[in-house]
Amino acid sequence: MNTVPMESGLILAGILFILGFIGVLVRRNMVFILLSLEVMLNASGLAFIAAGSRWVQPDGQVMFIFILAMAAAEVSVGLALILQIFRDFKTLDADAADNMRG
Amino acid sequence: MLDLLWIVPALPFLGFLILALFGARMPGKAAAAVGVASAGLSALITILIGISFISSPPQGRVYIQTLWEWFNVAGMNPSIALRLDPVSLTFIFVITFVGFLIHLYSVEYMEGEEGYSRFFAYMNLFVGSMLMLVLGDNLILLYLGWEGVGLCSYLLIGFWYKDPENGYAARKAFIVTRVGDTAMAIGLFILFTELGTLNIGKILEQAPLNWAVGSSLPVLTAALLLGGAVGKSAQLPLQTWLPDAMAGPTPVSALIHAATMVTAGVYLIARMHVIFTLAPVILTIVGVVGALTLLIAGFSALTQSDIKRVLAYSTISQIGYMFLALGVGAWSAGIFHFMIHAFFKALLFLGSGVIILALHHEQNMFKMGGVKNMLPVTFWTFIIGSASLVALPLITGGFYSKDLILFYAFSGERANHWLYAAGLLGAFITALYTTRMVVITFFGEAKTHLHRKPTWIMEVPLIVLAVLSTFGGFIELPDTLGHLTLFSGFIQTILPANSAEGAGISTELILQIVAAVTVILGIFIAYLFYYKNPEKVASFRWSSFGNTLHNYWKKGWGFDWLYDKLIVTPVVWIAEVNKSDFIDLIYTFIAWINRVFNRAFSFTQSGRVRWYAMGIALGAIITLTIAVFL
Amino acid sequence: MILLWLVIILMAGGIAAWIAAKWNVMAARWISLIATLVDFVLAIIIWVEHPSGITLGANAPWLVDFRWNWIPSFGISFHMAIDGLSLLLVLLTMFIGVLSVLTSWTEIEYRAGFFHFNLLWILAGITGVFLSLDLFMFYFFWEVMLIPMYFLIGIWGHENRIYASFKFFIFTQASSLFMLVAIVALYFIHGKNTGVYTFDYLQLLGTALPPAAEMWLMFGFLIAFVVKLPIVPLHNWLPDAHTEAPTAGSVVLAALLLKTGAYGILRFVIPLFPNAVRDFQVPGMILGAIGIIYGAILAFAQTDFKRLVAYTSVNHMGFVMLGAFALNELALQGVVMQMLCHGISTGALFILVGALYERIHTRDLNKMGGFWDQIPRMGGVGLVFALASLGLPGLGNFIAEFLILAGSYMANNWVTAVATLGLVASTIYSLRIMARVFYGRKPKIEKHIPDFNVREMIIMGSLIAAIVWLGVFPHPVLDTSRPAINNIINTTSQSSSMSNLKKPLLPVKTGTTVQLAGKSEKGGAR
Repeated sequence: MNTVPMESGLILAGILFILGFIGVLVRRNMVFILLSLEVMLNASGLAFIAAGSRWVQPDGQVMFIFILAMAAAEVSVGLALILQIFRDFKTLDADAADNMRG
Repeated sequence: MLDLLWIVPALPFLGFLILALFGARMPGKAAAAVGVASAGLSALITILIGISFISSPPQGRVYIQTLWEWFNVAGMNPSIALRLDPVSLTFIFVITFVGFLIHLYSVEYMEGEEGYSRFFAYMNLFVGSMLMLVLGDNLILLYLGWEGVGLCSYLLIGFWYKDPENGYAARKAFIVTRVGDTAMAIGLFILFTELGTLNIGKILEQAPLNWAVGSSLPVLTAALLLGGAVGKSAQLPLQTWLPDAMAGPTPVSALIHAATMVTAGVYLIARMHVIFTLAPVILTIVGVVGALTLLIAGFSALTQSDIKRVLAYSTISQIGYMFLALGVGAWSAGIFHFMIHAFFKALLFLGSGVIILALHHEQNMFKMGGVKNMLPVTFWTFIIGSASLVALPLITGGFYSKDLILFYAFSGERANHWLYAAGLLGAFITALYTTRMVVITFFGEAKTHLHRKPTWIMEVPLIVLAVLSTFGGFIELPDTLGHLTLFSGFIQTILPANSAEGAGISTELILQIVAAVTVILGIFIAYLFYYKNPEKVASFRWSSFGNTLHNYWKKGWGFDWLYDKLIVTPVVWIAEVNKSDFIDLIYTFIAWINRVFNRAFSFTQSGRVRWYAMGIALGAIITLTIAVFL
Repeated sequence: MILLWLVIILMAGGIAAWIAAKWNVMAARWISLIATLVDFVLAIIIWVEHPSGITLGANAPWLVDFRWNWIPSFGISFHMAIDGLSLLLVLLTMFIGVLSVLTSWTEIEYRAGFFHFNLLWILAGITGVFLSLDLFMFYFFWEVMLIPMYFLIGIWGHENRIYASFKFFIFTQASSLFMLVAIVALYFIHGKNTGVYTFDYLQLLGTALPPAAEMWLMFGFLIAFVVKLPIVPLHNWLPDAHTEAPTAGSVVLAALLLKTGAYGILRFVIPLFPNAVRDFQVPGMILGAIGIIYGAILAFAQTDFKRLVAYTSVNHMGFVMLGAFALNELALQGVVMQMLCHGISTGALFILVGALYERIHTRDLNKMGGFWDQIPRMGGVGLVFALASLGLPGLGNFIAEFLILAGSYMANNWVTAVATLGLVASTIYSLRIMARVFYGRKPKIEKHIPDFNVREMIIMGSLIAAIVWLGVFPHPVLDTSRPAINNIINTTSQSSSMSNLKKPLLPVKTGTTVQLAGKSEKGGAR
């Protein structure tokens, strides 16, 4: 069975990570920032999977499940925060919530 | 009898305490009664003590009464102890007796003034402090009195506190004398460090044992003590405060700035005579300072128009004579002149006070004139005082005391003909300015009318002082006139005698004749110029040269100007410039730097999540780069 | 145990006053007054029970010793002891404490309960500082007095109070961190040397230190103390804090808080690091002389009455520094006198300023003048304390300054000669107070100013009595402090044998004989 080389998997993960990161930086809508964050999380998960299959170790998949669980928790908390922010600021623009400006 | 000594200073202090605590609520008469009674009783006890001291002198002619130990630290253990010997007895007699007369005089002079009881409180405090000064048996106690009289002088010069000019004069007096005091304090530190004691008796004993004549330590010590003395006694170069001190009420000028406090310097030098004998250089300087001061002050007195300022400069000049006497080693002559001077100068000040009060607080002589007929008692006593001041031969006390000084200056152990010449010239100038003052004030036509006549309260002190300043001189007669040495014999039991070997009766006679001729010549010339031809003096005075000279002398030879430019202005300038403390700038700068960084860092805290994400990413990349490639 | 009570009564009184003020403000005042009075009486009892010279041990100066192991594993014990030096300062603390409560009687209306809580806790902290013999506890109390003072200035101060309170806090806190580092370092060095890790002062005494380390540790302690003292150029918190604080705050600051710095130098710096102190003697004395002159010049220039008085403290504390580094009995006894007399005289001047401010609502000297006829009692009191501040003989300050200068003259001629000029300088600013406030012409605004009332005359009367007593009969005070001072001097002279000193011992005089040791180094002035 032909295996996908680890490098390809890692490059794909890297591209996904960078795309997600660019999304975090350029999008102002908080929902999209959250989406981009999910992309980044999954990119790192992909990297774990690729590495796990390269060394034939279960640890990669364990980590991926861990990341999935964490992402679920993060999304629920994040969405709750976004809801609250939307209620207070009447917008989803992340830059509007700069009350912590020094 | 002698064990009553402590009462002498205690009484004035008690009077002060009563007046300070309850004076405000007392009626004026009661306050005056407390003030006069405390000084009077003190004088009475002094006379009793004096009689007992002279009739049965204690062993060594020194009586010490220890009251309690002041403090005791590491060998410095001054006691509150009184030391009575012929010198301090002379001083306390003058202080309490003249003090009492002036207190009595003040009852009328100060009548109706605001702060009547305050005046007597300060005066009593002064008498008490002055007594501590001369009775103190150690130098710290002497210093206590020394500062105490300085304080009273300050308070009394500024007695009429509402006029800022008076306050200025008062502060000037305190601060200028304090400069001298500081020098004196350092002198005390040297004495204590080197001799291990500040007890006067022990110092006089120890100093010759530990120090060689002319070695650097006694010279330094004597110079520093001299600093204190010139400050208090208004001698060069710290004489500038005394003329301004005339801002105070006239009795104050009489008591503090003529009779007693200003002679404290003479007392200090006489007291510490051993130190000064160990430092002959400084002793010579004492004489030179005296000679210069008496000339400079004499010329200044010649140009004043304020009668009190004439007398003030005359006081400086006469104290110059005392310094001259000390400088030539004529210790007893110096003390003798102090006593006679206290009588006649107090008399002159009190007399001028009568005139000032009678003419409604007029002090300008040129606005007086013709007072002779208005106030006969004052006139005659004033004439007697003036005669004593100019040392009119044979019939005045001043003649005998000043003659003694001139005699020793010419032919004593430390004779110096320059100093003698200065003294003689000084006598001539004294005759000039005194005659001028008398002529302008008392003769000629009246320019103002009489405001009030003095009663007996003011006239009795004048008469008593006139008697004393005449007959006081007869206790010490020169060889040519019967040779009586009651006073010097008394003083010389504790101060070294000055033998004028090689000077026979003939020298003495010649000196006396020279002095007498000088004085009479001075009076005659002054009579010619100021009485007969006042327009000649006026024409010279208003010529350009005369005017310059006049103004220069009148302003006391420009010392005030010099000190102002040299010391006062720069110090005030520094203080003003540095008012907000330049060191604070350092801390303000540190605070400013922090604020700059704060602004820079708070700029990065934009509050935008995306910025922070960017920051994290950049940081991660940089860290990874460093970790991977380095 | 009585020592513990001194602190506990103040702390408990503070809490009680805070709580009581919720119901009744007067109750808070009375509680504070009673607490301070009780402590004052306790301090007097200690004094009376332990007349001069009677101490616990033959060679130890301690009068009362209290010890309780607190955290034995770190060598921290609750160790309090009192000797003549701390006894006098505790007496001063309680005396000034009573007066500062009385001073605030009508001045403080806003949150009076919390005010009195802070005031009493400051006093408790100061008392703790004077009594602690464990460096850990000492540091603890050092901080306890700092924070309530911060509140006192920040809440009840004048217009610029926030700035002043921050400045005060930062200066003192930053400097005390140096001390903390030095304490910990000393703890470890001693532990390493002997195997005994302890913060106990008596055990840390005589710790053998390498010269460089000793110097650095001394600086660590010294910085904390000279900031408190304060010494130029670390004095800048003082004028602001004193000026902006409420009257009681200024009084406590000037009369007591500054003394903790002086006490620290005497109690810790000199005995713990005798060799370093001796090496630093001349610079230390020079710093003192600079403080004397510089403080006086600054005081002279001020137009804010309170600020003027504040700068006089810089001037007077210069004498303390000068005397402390002179390291002989004469000067150190002078330092003790100076601490007491400065506490009384400057405290009185601040109370006077406060009373005047309460009446005319200004501290600007340009708006004052000619007040004597309206308020003669205030004028008389002002005169007495202006004279005390210029060192008039007969008042306590004279003895203090004379002893310090005489003692420091033996240690160093030239520095002392310069410092003596301070006598002239202090005359100038002191007379300026009288000239600008009580003498001269009246300002245009004419209004009735009430004179001191009975409460204020009681305060001032007791202060005048104290300063005159110290001036004419200081024996009891000097006798009380003598064993403690001799002990300090002994620690410096004993350790000198262990070190490689270039200089000979300073002359320490006993009795009336003069030891001429150390004369060779004083040739400068001849």
